[in-house]
Amino acid sequence: MADRQSVAPPIAPARTRRLLGHAVYVIGDNPITAIAFALFALIIGVAVFGPLLIPFDPLETNASRALMPPSLDNWFGTDNLGRDLFSRVIIATRLDLMISVAAVALAFVVGAAMGSAAGYWGGWIDIVTGRLIDTIMAFPLFVLAMGIVAALGNTVENIIYATAIINLPFYARVARAEVRIRRDSGFVQAARLSGNSDLRILALHIFPNTLPPMMVQISLNMGWAILNAAGLSFIGLGVRPPTPEWGIMVAEGANFVVSGEWWLAFFPGLALMITVFAFNLLGDGLRDIVDPRQRT
Amino acid sequence: MGQRTRLVLSRMLQALPALAGVVIVSFALTRMLPGDPAVYFAGPAATEQSIAQIRVAMGLDLSLPMQFLHYARDLLMGDLGNSLSTGQPVLEELARRLPASLELTLTALLLSCAIALPLGVTAAVHQGSWIDHACRALVTAGVSLPTFFTGIALIYVFYYLLGWAPAPLGRLDFVYLSPPDVTGFYVVDALMAGDFETAGGAMRQLILPASTLALFTLAPIARMARAAMLEALSSDYIRTAKAAGLSQRKIVYFYAFQNAMLPVITTLGMVFSFTLGANVLVEKVFSWPGIGSYAVEALVVSDYAAVQGFVLAMAILFVALNLVIDIVYTLVDPRTRSTT
Repeated sequence: MADRQSVAPPIAPARTRRLLGHAVYVIGDNPITAIAFALFALIIGVAVFGPLLIPFDPLETNASRALMPPSLDNWFGTDNLGRDLFSRVIIATRLDLMISVAAVALAFVVGAAMGSAAGYWGGWIDIVTGRLIDTIMAFPLFVLAMGIVAALGNTVENIIYATAIINLPFYARVARAEVRIRRDSGFVQAARLSGNSDLRILALHIFPNTLPPMMVQISLNMGWAILNAAGLSFIGLGVRPPTPEWGIMVAEGANFVVSGEWWLAFFPGLALMITVFAFNLLGDGLRDIVDPRQRT
Repeated sequence: MGQRTRLVLSRMLQALPALAGVVIVSFALTRMLPGDPAVYFAGPAATEQSIAQIRVAMGLDLSLPMQFLHYARDLLMGDLGNSLSTGQPVLEELARRLPASLELTLTALLLSCAIALPLGVTAAVHQGSWIDHACRALVTAGVSLPTFFTGIALIYVFYYLLGWAPAPLGRLDFVYLSPPDVTGFYVVDALMAGDFETAGGAMRQLILPASTLALFTLAPIARMARAAMLEALSSDYIRTAKAAGLSQRKIVYFYAFQNAMLPVITTLGMVFSFTLGANVLVEKVFSWPGIGSYAVEALVVSDYAAVQGFVLAMAILFVALNLVIDIVYTLVDPRTRSTT
């Protein structure tokens, strides 16, 4: 036990502290990253405490108050059935985040496992995963997601699976590259010599070191996953109408834009945009912290 | 046979595995349908007998490898099955609607390249200037914009508020007759027929959806152009060119630009992937009668063969586009002349 610790350099306390110091430095240097973190915290807060924040029931219809523009009572106005848009936009946050977080988590776990195995063992595993990933990437990704949902059936779970599949290649590629460059490094050879099994080396020695670039990939990818999921529900897949969800709310509001009722589509679209923007900024910020060379 | 011809041929061969993968995946998608496909295709009023008939007709009684061979044979003969809702062969409907989608996508790509390339290059040449900051802001905001939302915002501003754009209802206002069909691109066809009024009408319908799509593709192209240009400008050959006293104009637009275009061409493949997906959303927003809105209509009524035909057609289009990009790259890059 003692000598394995001495040969495995992954993230020691001193390095963690240095990374934190660096993070503070980068955030202080770049106020935009600080804004991104604040937005991120706000979005998570809204997703968690959403039901406590809303003034109206998001499903309650009220024909006498249909299509009201934004006012002090209804901050974002009301839709064609008189439902309060502010409440609906707030409540939708949780569902939208849940779909994309689940999809990205699934893509991360499966992609990391596939990519790590391919990078570590090489050989036929590498060839098979490589082919699989190339095949996924041979499709326009959003179109593939449409096809998968059409084939599996039109449900929220299948939206998650489809989004996970089209995100899989990105994680598998990063994991493969990151494992491959560490496969024959000194600390891995030392761990091998002291009798660790391949699986143990991969899981406990190499994989933790690939996590920082994978985290960057996650936050860069998250915004895209949210856009994809919202796009799928915009064209009528997955989430069913009365349920509040940003994509479907924009789709419902689109019919009223030509007659001037802009708020129906505007506020859910704005919420979607801000969320994606926050994740993209966060991704850029994290990348600066983890890999200063790629700073643009 | 020249070196380049051989290279182009080998690039074409390399596209074959991707094509095979696409066909296998789309076969798998047709067999993933939950439940018995024969029951599904027979419709709600089916009897035991008609289900059995359909099962034999669809070849579902065969083993899986045999089913795949049948599927591949049908594909080779251009048979994508019939649409459940219209009864028309899927291939015919896709072929009829494809020009509309291509017209939209190509216009959008030309538009976004025309803006993004100069923007990225200028941002890189004047690094740290206001135009560089504007470029970065645009790039980050651009990737965060949901295409369908941009489209709706443009409709609100340019149709409802300003009244500059026509109603977002398809390719041509009903007061015009569609031009004689030559290329399938309304603007080009109308111009070829000398009908400038119709060409103008088609152009006015096209401009908003094309701008929506262009806004979406602007960001990745500008980002890549800027990064590639920065890399090229900091390279040794540029330093040498500067030391040799070449003019700034010649260095930037001749040496750096030509080399910077190579990675940009490579990124175009990924951009195409996004564009073909975003195309579906834009077509729905603008009721554009392309293959994207065809697929969306089919999805809503669970018209299964139509959706799978669409996915396959898009994938083949994408593989072909990537092949074209590879070939262009091979022809543009002088270094590929001697290596394989």
